[in-house]
Amino acid sequence: MSRYSVFSLLRNAISHNRNWPQAWRSPAPKPAYDAIIVGGGGHGLATAYYLAKEHGLRNIAVLEKGWIGGGNTGRNTTIVRSNYLWTEAAQLYEKSLKLWEGLSAELNFNVMFSQRGVYNLGHTLQDMRDIERRVSANRLNGIDAEVVSPAEIARRIPYLNMSRTSRYPILGASFQGRGGVARHDAVAWGFARAADSCGVDIIQQCEVVGIRKRGDEVCGVETTRGFIASKKVGVVVAGHASVLAGMAGIRLPIESHPLQAFVSEPLKPVLDTVVMSNAVHGYISQSDKGELVIGAGIDAYNGYGQRGSFHTIEHAMAAIIELFPIFSRARMLRQWGGIVDVSPDACPIISKTPVRGLYFNCGWGTGGFKATPGSGWVFAHTIANDAPHELNAAFDLARFSSGALIDEHGAAAVAH
Amino acid sequence: MLIIDCPYCGERDETEFSYGGEAGIARPQHPESLTDAEWADYLFMRSNPRGPHRELWNHAQGCRRWFVAVRDTVTYRFSETAALQAGASGDAE
Repeated sequence: MSRYSVFSLLRNAISHNRNWPQAWRSPAPKPAYDAIIVGGGGHGLATAYYLAKEHGLRNIAVLEKGWIGGGNTGRNTTIVRSNYLWTEAAQLYEKSLKLWEGLSAELNFNVMFSQRGVYNLGHTLQDMRDIERRVSANRLNGIDAEVVSPAEIARRIPYLNMSRTSRYPILGASFQGRGGVARHDAVAWGFARAADSCGVDIIQQCEVVGIRKRGDEVCGVETTRGFIASKKVGVVVAGHASVLAGMAGIRLPIESHPLQAFVSEPLKPVLDTVVMSNAVHGYISQSDKGELVIGAGIDAYNGYGQRGSFHTIEHAMAAIIELFPIFSRARMLRQWGGIVDVSPDACPIISKTPVRGLYFNCGWGTGGFKATPGSGWVFAHTIANDAPHELNAAFDLARFSSGALIDEHGAAAVAH
Repeated sequence: MLIIDCPYCGERDETEFSYGGEAGIARPQHPESLTDAEWADYLFMRSNPRGPHRELWNHAQGCRRWFVAVRDTVTYRFSETAALQAGASGDAE
């Protein structure tokens, strides 16, 4: 791998950018690997990267049915934060945030991680009580968090509607200054390039259509490009988790829903932070291109269609205009949907399964992007050691029969 | 927006309805005799198919009645909506 630097930039500028090397190979699948990761999104690529880098595995394949980063990795609103209520969740997301903070240097790829801060607005007395509680919990967990007064919010976010007479007046907010946004495509590309340089085979256009078992042990996957053998298979396919689990005879507590987002036409810089509101349910930031990036809630019904209903968009837009009346005349440029894997407690499942050598990483629901590096890091540990890391031990499949759920529904600063 | 054919009222916009999830999940007759895994299966595990899905809908802003629908989760097209059988919680069989 040739390193990206100011010198390589200059050198390639002189040659009119004709000689940039390819960032990763496109190898044909080998008959067998030491580990197979199913799903070439950010989480899968990060898993492969940390398996190679931290655990010394070299013979690894990432199988992706479409193109890398073409699923939820390229369809989210790129918000990164770790201000979760419960200790288990907070520590998992905080591990991820710490990895984000060094990720561009680690991968030698600019993931454009911008710690511009994240505000979670409170509109009712109960919102404010929850915010006080969550901020206190965050601080006990060593996570930066503060409660911000309406006067201070008005000073920091000039165009936010702070009117006392609006239908849902803003009574305060929590603020995590280390939160922010990152360039989602760059995260996929950066992990792909770094994994490839460690010898990981990234195989696109290769759909897994079956999981082959010998007894209660996994021995490989059937794909559209033939059978590929491996004693370790890690599945991290977001919305399609139940489909893959079904191939191995496992039932998951997951339902797939469409989640929509949209961007406006590019505007001059107007919003230099991330604003989220649980009560009116919208979240918004401004991309480096100037587009307002807006996320909706999930559509209620199960869906694999990567699109949702219009009234869901309308609801999110109404919330944004309530918060920022100035955006009422901004025109929307694009809208899209992804399929999110929603779990009963709004927390992920990063777990061994009843099938030996088969691991699942799913259930991230609407909030997986922020966890990309941390998810890959703990999942790699789980696969390499056939045992979870202490950070993801609580996120096992068995919690649904033991009852030890980690209830981040609503507690996680936004309703999932 | 989905157009949903309520078996009682006919075709209406999706916004009049609320979604009730997978149909045919009957509450166990004797919960106290179930293992933790069986109880978890009833409470949390879902088939979540890619393709035809039997599901419950409620015409919340119309007749307020529950009914069963079969809808493809990829195309979102409804192939069937039917009234619930008496005494069954979405379990028409």
